[in-house]
Amino acid sequence: MNIVVCVKQVPAKDAPLAIDPSGTWIRETDISFETNEPDTFALEEALRLKEKHGGEVVAISMGPERVKQTIKEALAKGADRGIHVTDDKFHALDPLASARSLAAAIKKEKFDLILTGLQSDDHGFGQTGVLLAELLGLPHATIIMSIEAQGDHLRLKRELEAGWFQWVELPLPAVLTIQSGINKPRYATLKGIMAAKKKEIAAVTRESLGVPAPLTQRVERIYVPHKTKKTEFITGTPKEIAAKLVEKLRHEARVL
Amino acid sequence: MKILLITEQHDAKWNKVSFETLAAAQQIASEAKGSLSGVVIGQGVAALADELAAYQLDEVVLIENALLEKYTPDGYSIALKQVIEQAKPDLVLLPHTYQVRDFAPKLAASMGKGMIGDCVGYRYEGGKLIFVRQMFQGRTAADVIFQGDAPWIASFQAGAFRADLAGKKSDGKATVKSVSVELKPEAIRTKPLELFREAKQAVDLTQAPILVSVGRGIKAPENIPLAEKLAKAMGGELSASRPICDEGWLPMDRQIGSSGQTVSPKLYLALGISGAIQHVVGMKGSRTIVAINKDQNAPIFEIADYGVVGDLFEIVPALTEEVEKSKSS
Repeated sequence: MNIVVCVKQVPAKDAPLAIDPSGTWIRETDISFETNEPDTFALEEALRLKEKHGGEVVAISMGPERVKQTIKEALAKGADRGIHVTDDKFHALDPLASARSLAAAIKKEKFDLILTGLQSDDHGFGQTGVLLAELLGLPHATIIMSIEAQGDHLRLKRELEAGWFQWVELPLPAVLTIQSGINKPRYATLKGIMAAKKKEIAAVTRESLGVPAPLTQRVERIYVPHKTKKTEFITGTPKEIAAKLVEKLRHEARVL
Repeated sequence: MKILLITEQHDAKWNKVSFETLAAAQQIASEAKGSLSGVVIGQGVAALADELAAYQLDEVVLIENALLEKYTPDGYSIALKQVIEQAKPDLVLLPHTYQVRDFAPKLAASMGKGMIGDCVGYRYEGGKLIFVRQMFQGRTAADVIFQGDAPWIASFQAGAFRADLAGKKSDGKATVKSVSVELKPEAIRTKPLELFREAKQAVDLTQAPILVSVGRGIKAPENIPLAEKLAKAMGGELSASRPICDEGWLPMDRQIGSSGQTVSPKLYLALGISGAIQHVVGMKGSRTIVAINKDQNAPIFEIADYGVVGDLFEIVPALTEEVEKSKSS
């Protein structure tokens, strides 16, 4: 089974975020980036399917030069090849323009399955997988918790709301978005890291894909959200904090 | 402005978030002096259309088809595309449910349009509609506007509007218009099979008056008893954010959030929980929220009544001791 897995690079979870002068994105200097955590579950699922059924795993990512690191990590974990769609202004694209670009690059590949994470920890649109399916004319299923390949089709466990699940079947080729927690993503081994150095990362500029990208939406500005509640911060030594908090919960909020 | 609201039902039972989005749609329609139509889609759902018609809207559109009895992304996208092309709305609004996430981007793209999803609010300023959504896991908000021609498609997050504010008509009912759609069985590629619940819900967290909830900040499974002790001292239950259950440190039935339980206890203690949207939607209705987190910029503090910026491994044991002391006094 040949699998294309989409991986995105996002600011690290604990990176201090400052808004850049444009007011529409964050300042990228001095912060570290990491692979979008939901995508690590998609990558792991792709590697497990390959181990079971054979085939090839191709990791694709879009963004500036730094994104190569995320592709390298995927290769170190066991992906066979990488594709880097280069675009310094990737963050300014809308979900549809991003998906159109990825679809154009993926179209050139021979694949049976495309996997993405559930959503990205930066924009959080959660649309890429579903859009890829529509743009490539493929069936899809989202929020997947288990994949069983049965010949030319898949049997999938979809997560629904409030603790419900559903089995669905769909024919290959297809696109799936993977729910976080479906597996335990592996760490790269030293051997894997060494082997990754010999693996190919094909770079292609987004412009060269010839995708028209009229934006359907635009971020006017980003800002620290307005507080809806006034938070009373309690300070002191742990002992003092505990005493003050219990006092407030008992006599002010009357909930203890 | 012509607004089309798409409601959600399963087995002829409402997904209640539909009424939150109805409240939002009514508000936008009144501010923008627009009209509002509500869509009910499925099979055997005429009674729901009739129920919706009692609310303040201009018209209810009922789409019924045997192939729409069970939800599929193909069936819903094909059917709704026909309805949208016929009704020609400026704005299509949906509740941001798991199901909407599954089909709405596809529906929009099938018309060459984009979708602004998971909005937490909107502003109507000088004839311009601005949608507010969260980015970076709630650490920043973003004002987003549509570009290009209508229809524009947007969805609102659960809890962003109050369902009880959805206005009913003072008398009479809106007309219910049945619209037929053309749908072929072979166009539906996914086969929906049975629905099921995994674990027996051993604990019903919705009934607990006090919840002590742990997030990534608890760091390791061996630290869970720290929170458990506090929960016990307070007479509450232990709960968690999704990553903790994903790791298997606590069972899935202890999970609070969009994929777990939605709770509104009188006291909710968030220990080492950053406050990602998916968690917050499950607990923001709590009467009193206490957050303990080492990161003073964690979004959880936006909804906390009491906040402590500090090391939970120092504060929680002190708090447990203090609670025990106050109970015995």
